[in-house]
Amino acid sequence: MLHTIALIVTQTAVLLAFSPFLIGLIRKVKARLQLRRGASVLQPYADLAKLFHKQPVISTTTSWIFTATPYIVFASILTAGLLVPTFISQIPMNFAGNIIALVYLLALGTFFLILAGLDAGSAFGGMGSSREAIVASLTEPAMMLAIFAIALTNGSTNVSTIVHKTALLEGIITDPSPHLMALAALFIVALAETGRVPVDNPATHLELTMIHEAMVLEYSGRYLALLEWAAGLKLAVFLSLIVNVFAPWGIATTVTPTAIGIGLLVYVVKTAALAVLIGVIECMFAKLRLFRVTDLLGVAFILALLGLLFFYILRS
Amino acid sequence: MLNLLWLLLGGYGVGILLPLCLPGRPGLQQLTSNVAAIVGTSTGVILGLLGLTSSEPVTGSLASTIPLLTFTVRLDPLAAFFVLTISLVGLAASIYAIGYLQHFEERASTDTLGALFNAFLLSMTFVVLADNAFFFLLAWELMSLLSYFLVVTEHEKAEVRYAGLFYLIMTHIGTAFIVVAFLIFFQGTWSFSFEAFRHPAQPLPEGMKTLVFLMALLGFGTKAGIIPLHVWLPYAHPVAPSHVSAVMSGVMIKTAIYGLIRVYFDFFGGQFPWWWGFTVLLLGTTSALLGVMYALMEHDLKRLLAFHSVENIGIILMGLGAGMIFQAYGLRELAALGLLAGLYHTINHALFKALLFLGAGSLLYATHTRNMEEYGGLLRRMPWTGIFFLIGAVSISALPPTNGFVSEWLVFQTLFLSFQIPTVFLKLMLPIAAAILALTGVLALTCFAKAFGISFLAQPRSTHARQAEEVPVSMRTGMGILAALCVALGVAPMVVVPLLDQIVAPLAGISIASKVLAIDGWALAPVNVEFSSLSTPVLALLLVASAILGLGLAVVLGGRLTTRRSKSWGCGITLTPRMEYTATGFVQPIKRVFSTIYQPTVKLETEFLAESRYFSKRRHFEFHIEPIFEKYLYDPLVAFFGTLADRLKVIQAGSLHLYLTYMFVTLIALLLLAV
Repeated sequence: MLHTIALIVTQTAVLLAFSPFLIGLIRKVKARLQLRRGASVLQPYADLAKLFHKQPVISTTTSWIFTATPYIVFASILTAGLLVPTFISQIPMNFAGNIIALVYLLALGTFFLILAGLDAGSAFGGMGSSREAIVASLTEPAMMLAIFAIALTNGSTNVSTIVHKTALLEGIITDPSPHLMALAALFIVALAETGRVPVDNPATHLELTMIHEAMVLEYSGRYLALLEWAAGLKLAVFLSLIVNVFAPWGIATTVTPTAIGIGLLVYVVKTAALAVLIGVIECMFAKLRLFRVTDLLGVAFILALLGLLFFYILRS
Repeated sequence: MLNLLWLLLGGYGVGILLPLCLPGRPGLQQLTSNVAAIVGTSTGVILGLLGLTSSEPVTGSLASTIPLLTFTVRLDPLAAFFVLTISLVGLAASIYAIGYLQHFEERASTDTLGALFNAFLLSMTFVVLADNAFFFLLAWELMSLLSYFLVVTEHEKAEVRYAGLFYLIMTHIGTAFIVVAFLIFFQGTWSFSFEAFRHPAQPLPEGMKTLVFLMALLGFGTKAGIIPLHVWLPYAHPVAPSHVSAVMSGVMIKTAIYGLIRVYFDFFGGQFPWWWGFTVLLLGTTSALLGVMYALMEHDLKRLLAFHSVENIGIILMGLGAGMIFQAYGLRELAALGLLAGLYHTINHALFKALLFLGAGSLLYATHTRNMEEYGGLLRRMPWTGIFFLIGAVSISALPPTNGFVSEWLVFQTLFLSFQIPTVFLKLMLPIAAAILALTGVLALTCFAKAFGISFLAQPRSTHARQAEEVPVSMRTGMGILAALCVALGVAPMVVVPLLDQIVAPLAGISIASKVLAIDGWALAPVNVEFSSLSTPVLALLLVASAILGLGLAVVLGGRLTTRRSKSWGCGITLTPRMEYTATGFVQPIKRVFSTIYQPTVKLETEFLAESRYFSKRRHFEFHIEPIFEKYLYDPLVAFFGTLADRLKVIQAGSLHLYLTYMFVTLIALLLLAV
């Protein structure tokens, strides 16, 4: 019992402490590639500290939904984070929900963000909400098929079980193509879900382009801090999901201090590497027009479907 | 237990007769009928629970003078489950009606409303209890007719009369198919008793079985509102008084699900080919996706909810269809799981759809309009209605930890376990159905973000909304009961699953409660804990704990929790409600992305100033969605029958003598044929 609680607390702490770093790292990579020096990778921590100290201004037109949303979004993403292994493959909350629960927990946050975007009564918020809704609608089918392709090869839909089996080299298949296709699909999904280029641009404040930023436009102070932190957490959750499902090498498979130490170190290196890749992608591609995003997400869907098809064809 | 049935009959009976004895006293009429309905439904709840937990089915019988008709009732777990669902929703609706009908009181046409409502609930109860085809059809027909009369309560409006007529025709076409299905059984058994249908002397030939399958699917499908038989539903459900809409959408359409399960799993004993299940799955998937898509484009709140009934019936059929496929391949555990998922979604949909319809009724009560574009800012004017509607919206969007999430999760698991089927075709089709279910889920989320966001948030968009007031206590109680049940059925699946297993076990021939529940009931782990698990109570705890952690972080890192209020940022001008996003604008991207399905037509007329074409004086904007099924399926059919009727007009001279001659000739012809 005690060690279960200890593991949950450590997982929470790692996710909370590490996620702003990932955001800072992506920004740094982008700055360097654009021949700027850029802010320190630790800048997001300073931003959060500053925002927490500021007094929030709340619109007079809003209801309690507006003030409750940051807590609900933060809670839903953190809970989703507890279903994904980070540095250790067998996590205590594995039984609480499989990957479908994870998808729907994230959807809970999205639902309230959309409501909050509408609550302030300005056209910006409504626009962001409306766009978020269409992006989410097109992302989830692709995500569901990609998940299924992965689940098939491992005989499980519980993330922790998948990771643990792969880490112990159980259930490894002879041909990796279904896995690779699912990986590609899931990577596109991750970019869309976390609001990165080419789907959304987290660094913009232009009404023509923004999605996530438009929904949270009216937020300030600690509410904004919580939402920014939650956005960082969501990125960390997706990166953990991808690195640990597809490359669980080095993850702790036993609860020993050495294994956990190595696991932590490897986890930081792997996710940081993926974050660097995202930074590079953000520099290489332009943001897509909203109605072009459908094509990208369509590609993700087809990739996932092909992964599934390959699996059955290779098996039979 | 049969005594309880008499009590139920008595309660509804008083509710039917007493209001009719009190003409001209509308207040008293409504009160007596609703109190009687509360007695009837409460008895129904107890009866349902007892029936679900008892090991042996209870039967009772009353003979009649009509040949082949006996009033046989049979309370087996399946019937008990539907009695429970009908009664729970009926109970909430009756309590709600006490307050809701106050603003109907002045109207002459509402004299009989209470009596009809009681009779409607009674007829539905007997539809699921009947154990004789004749009796079943009698109750079924009564249910259809009574609901027709309830739909046309406000018959002074042309729109309502049209909806009523449409419903009446469609439901009777549906009934005709059911009659045919039962007649085929009758031909094989020479009895109308369901017991004889279950154990026929010699089994039906394959061709006849297929015919029964199709007839039952068409007949019950019309009542359930599966696409393309759904066309009446978005007309009829919204125009009824809201507590009636809640019962119609929440439970009446579920009697069709009851009928399908009764025929396929009970009468046929689960003996059918895989393509039956595939057909049901296909229809379910289509209904789920198209239902939600049409719902998205609706701005009449009650029509939007009616389209969502089409969607949710689709989800129920997906569970049922997948179960039937597994059954055909002898994968009994999975068949039981699919059936269980479908039934779980049945009661969940009954609860949250009734809740949402009652919520829509409250908005109608407070603002006198069903148009969402005229709501806005209602959460602050009507906080209780708002929070209940929000719970309903979260449940129907299948978000954790509510009941809608649990049942959709179970449907997902059923579809994912398809890799055990031996055919590659089905192995691929079921995951694609799961992907479509995912799309449906997010579109439902979008639709309810729209419905709640536009109705309850931001600034009021009309005078009606500005002056809206919270509804009376009785209405809030009705909604509160349903909202509490939505949460309870979400966080306590360990209570629901064993009850549902009672129904599933005799139908699928295997009990799976012990396999679905893991870790002392704390987690759901369909068939195999390795493959998947879910624990909504733990997720709910984690969500609360994380939210508290967020609050704690805000206190620790930020100090004082003060806020300041100011206007929303509007680029320097004061925002008015006209600058808010509208429901139409909100779904515009979806309309554009899925334009193949919607085939929207947009008309924009601009009147310019005489001086310059750079300034417009007036703009007129219109947009329509092509009702594909009505245009390409129903219109040609109606046209065909219209022409046919025109042709046949010649033999309809209107003379009585001529008709008597027809009869005489027919009689002679039949006699000759018999010889």
